Amino acid sequence: MPCMNNNGEITEMARKILTAMSESASLPEIAAKTDVPLYRIRGAVRELVEAGLAAEQDQNYVITEIGAAALKKSGISL
Amino acid sequence: MDTAIAVNPGFPRLNQPAPAFEAETTHGTLRLEDFQGSWVILFSHPADFTPVCTTEFVAFAELAPELKKRGVELCGLSIDSTYSHIAWVRNIEQIFGVKIPFPIIADLNKDVATLYGMVMPGESKTETSRCVFVIDPKGILRAMIYYPLTTGRNTQEILRLIDALQATDKHGIATPANWKPGDKVIVPPPRTTEDAEERMRAGYETADWYFSKKTL
Repeated sequence: MPCMNNNGEITEMARKILTAMSESASLPEIAAKTDVPLYRIRGAVRELVEAGLAAEQDQNYVITEIGAAALKKSGISL
Repeated sequence: MDTAIAVNPGFPRLNQPAPAFEAETTHGTLRLEDFQGSWVILFSHPADFTPVCTTEFVAFAELAPELKKRGVELCGLSIDSTYSHIAWVRNIEQIFGVKIPFPIIADLNKDVATLYGMVMPGESKTETSRCVFVIDPKGILRAMIYYPLTTGRNTQEILRLIDALQATDKHGIATPANWKPGDKVIVPPPRTTEDAEERMRAGYETADWYFSKKTL
């Protein structure tokens, strides 16, 4: 999974997206905050949701407790 | 004499929804629907680490900024693995100094190639031909181009095609042969005799009732 590396750690892309989700955000907002194309955000967020690192909330996306823990493990505290 | 023409029932058709897919790419798993809201140029190449394809990838990468201005995303495809794509993209950057900014589908099982009729068995049963599919922001297939294995594509023609399609959508016009932005466009012909009479007085550059041009 591009959001996780072989060691089970989140990737740079996942870190950027999860950080952008520290406040509830729509997919276009996440794309704008991260400067990543929207198509790629859609694919990556789908994977983050499937992995339980992010969740959909009223058509926006938020980081979950699991996502925040993974982010903290990678050295980023929200 | 038997003149039957074999038609692949799965072949895509213009002005119909582009076949949906989910595929492994160099940018992760992507679905066609992920591109919704953008124009997409989905294009196939025969194989990674081949010379004509390398020239095309460099040309597409150089075209990407102009396409981005027009709201167009590129997506490549070949019957190679993600690892092969990654190695080739890295090689192109090392050797030619060009970064490939778009995803490349690793279509090892030919799922997407089959959906879009990209394999021409008369050319090769194991490689995709040089196909281009232009898909609009609503997911409708708007144009198709097929080139043989031996002939690299003209990316300026693809840019011209995008400009023409977008001008058509924005202004409800058609574009004449060899049109480029700034040239006069074709006003769609009238569909009734009354409109044909009116057309002659409409103030366009009119050769005859069915042939009118205007400046955008």
